[in-house]
Amino acid sequence: MSVLIDKFDVFAGGFWLTLQICLLAAIGALILGAIVAVLRISPVPPLRAVGTAYVNMFRNLPLTVVMFFAAFGLPALGSNADFLRIPGLDAIFSRLGTDLPYFRFALIALVLYTAAFVCEALRSGVNAVPAGQAEAARSLGLTFTQNLRYVVLPQSWKASVVPLGSVIIAMIKNSALVGFFGVVGDLSQSADQLTSAEGHAFVPVAIGISIGYLIMTVPLGALLDRIEKRQAVAR
Amino acid sequence: MSQSVLYDVPGPRQRRITLIGSIVATIAVLIGAYFFVYRPLDENGQFSMELWGPLIDPSNENFSLVWERIGIGFGNTLMAAVLAIASSLVVGTLLAVLRIQLKSLTARRFTGMAAPVTYLLRGLSLFLAALTRFCVEVFRGLPVVITIFFVARGFPEFGISLSTLTYLVIGLTIYNSVVIAEILRSGMEGLPGGQREAAAAIGLSPLQTTGLILLPQAFRIMLPALISQLVVVLKDTSLGFIISYEETLNIGKQIIGVLNNPIPVYIVIGVLFIVVNYSLSKLAQYVQGRLARGRKTADTPTAAPPPAIAAALGAQSTAQSGAS
Amino acid sequence: MRMKRVAALAAAATLAFGLTACGGNDEAGEGTGGESKSFPAGSTMERLNKAQAIKIGTKFDQPGFGLKGLSGEPEGFDVEVAKIIAKELGIPEDKIEWVEAPSKVREDVIVNGTVDLVAATYTINDTRKERIAFAGPYYEAGQNIMVKKDDTSITGPDSFKDGTKKVCSVTGSTPAEEIKKYVQDVGSQLVLFDTYDKCRDALNGGQVDAVTTDNVILLGYIANGNDAFKLAGENFTKEPYGLGVKKEDTDFRSFVNDTLEKAYSDGSWKKAWDDTAGKFGAELGDPPAVNRY
Repeated sequence: MSVLIDKFDVFAGGFWLTLQICLLAAIGALILGAIVAVLRISPVPPLRAVGTAYVNMFRNLPLTVVMFFAAFGLPALGSNADFLRIPGLDAIFSRLGTDLPYFRFALIALVLYTAAFVCEALRSGVNAVPAGQAEAARSLGLTFTQNLRYVVLPQSWKASVVPLGSVIIAMIKNSALVGFFGVVGDLSQSADQLTSAEGHAFVPVAIGISIGYLIMTVPLGALLDRIEKRQAVAR
Repeated sequence: MSQSVLYDVPGPRQRRITLIGSIVATIAVLIGAYFFVYRPLDENGQFSMELWGPLIDPSNENFSLVWERIGIGFGNTLMAAVLAIASSLVVGTLLAVLRIQLKSLTARRFTGMAAPVTYLLRGLSLFLAALTRFCVEVFRGLPVVITIFFVARGFPEFGISLSTLTYLVIGLTIYNSVVIAEILRSGMEGLPGGQREAAAAIGLSPLQTTGLILLPQAFRIMLPALISQLVVVLKDTSLGFIISYEETLNIGKQIIGVLNNPIPVYIVIGVLFIVVNYSLSKLAQYVQGRLARGRKTADTPTAAPPPAIAAALGAQSTAQSGAS
Repeated sequence: MRMKRVAALAAAATLAFGLTACGGNDEAGEGTGGESKSFPAGSTMERLNKAQAIKIGTKFDQPGFGLKGLSGEPEGFDVEVAKIIAKELGIPEDKIEWVEAPSKVREDVIVNGTVDLVAATYTINDTRKERIAFAGPYYEAGQNIMVKKDDTSITGPDSFKDGTKKVCSVTGSTPAEEIKKYVQDVGSQLVLFDTYDKCRDALNGGQVDAVTTDNVILLGYIANGNDAFKLAGENFTKEPYGLGVKKEDTDFRSFVNDTLEKAYSDGSWKKAWDDTAGKFGAELGDPPAVNRY
């Protein structure tokens, strides 16, 4: 068990790196997912087609494949994802600005993949708003954007919170894959490092890594349960 | 809410603008794709037949070998997925029934027994309920990658040595059975209370109530979610490469080792996954449609699932499909 | 399909049976099945020979040493050396079960008995000796650095000390641990993947400046790389490759060592090299003396 204390800095560092990538990916996925969701419900058929194609593609691909294309397809296109070297942000998220692009590649993969699920979560919220609301808004002469902005989205937000939370929890868990695509030192890669390269006993390392993930996922899950129960009562 | 209620049906002018706009946008996208995707790839030589030949040209000497290997890999993927979904279903159902039973046990007061026995039984049932709750929370909160990795590394540590297929199936089962158990449980708890009361009124035991009344209804509601779960499991088997299980991606890795064509191989594998998973989710939609029709004609009192279940289903299905 | 296989099995069985029946147990089964040799009772050799099967762990993704190609069978120097051992045990090639043993699980598969022998570019070192035992070495490699042909800024591991050059290696491997001693900041300088061809692609695309691992592996990529890469400087470590066996199984280890020495003298060791990794242009040199500790 001493590895938990001796190597506490490794666990803490891994936790921090995983947290960094999750925070950034969550922000990115929420923004991109919202855009895709608007595309999917927009009145312009080609835009709808683009949104639908996006969702179908990324929902049906294993994340491993998406990660691969981010890590090896982007370089083949001649990009090191330098547009993500946002000045100021790299003060907190140190890996964002390094010359090694794999943190940024992994981030892009997570955002692209998760956005498809964010879009579906948002859409399920929109679908939960009674049709009469939108019809009433239209009969008042509101346009599509006004309709969304003032009538549908404020109501759908409530119904979207729980599914969105589930998507984010899933994303945190999915982030375990980044360690296999060149991001050195996240939680899952630390597990590998400590057990196979440094030869520490397996069970204590497993416990340490599990705690790292559970700290992020369990409280979020409990919070969602609470919100869900309260909403059920409200209905 | 259907899409069209959000906006008026576009008139002729709107349609014209849309048409022109789409043509312009398509041309812009095509030009962009040429300069930012095709050109760099072509300069890298990514379109050369040397890389693509073994995958798409039947006269290539390696064509049949490559596809035979991919076939083997995909067979392994399907096998792991089917085994995992079957065992998760069994374990998940048992777990759901167990949790429902334990919940009703903790509510029981065990009257008519000696005081120490009462306390013991109540303590035991509380402990078991807490234990299962704990396991569910832990396994639901861990990434599947980590679960699979831990199974493959941990079991041998305790002297249990199995095939990589078994490790993968166990790893996937641990996670998915917990998810399925939670769907079933929320399905059963969301059923109208009258169902349970009626069962009690005709003298069914709690176990009979669960098995004969609640579980079949919960299953019926969750069938589409179950099929979409199969998509999730199918995608998750690709994590088998971590423990050297020879599924599609791992075989792809070996092919790349020989032919040095990573991008074409991954494109082919990606398309393969999209086609199979897309068909599966279409199947799920079809089943859901049939079920909805079935409910209407059977004229059961609950035309739509109670809101709690609907919410749970919505949340769960996105959550699971979110879990790679 | 099934019928065919059963029939073939039956035929093979009768054949083997018939041959052993009339020819005695001396060299009889060669060509069709295995041969039954005499080994000390209760030894691993006897068990494997009786079972006529052996499980060998090797790499499936290491060109020149162990690469599972399109045929579905692994090929390479490690694989050939392992075949020599199996042959000495009286086990025919087609009875060998190959198990993928990537760097990070090699000790585990030996300790828990998943495989009987590991031949997987397996560097002998003291940490590993705590859990398993090594026969050999049967080859001595050394860690080196591969860079682009026109790169003169990297001359050796010390070039990473200034904290700007980026280097790629494989998770859980010895070279990855070794290079950590030289890099300033792991987060911005070191990338780890699961296979070396990903590192090669990263070097090709310019995401990293160098790939580091054992020279023979790098030579493989240099040979196939259309003159795009070169080695930067000399080997800076010695990596003697050994064959991993169970720690307490001294008899089996001696047997493997004997077999290696035999292979040195009868030329099969050199032939194994020339057929596989030797094609990359690496020097084989003199056979390293086996270390019977």
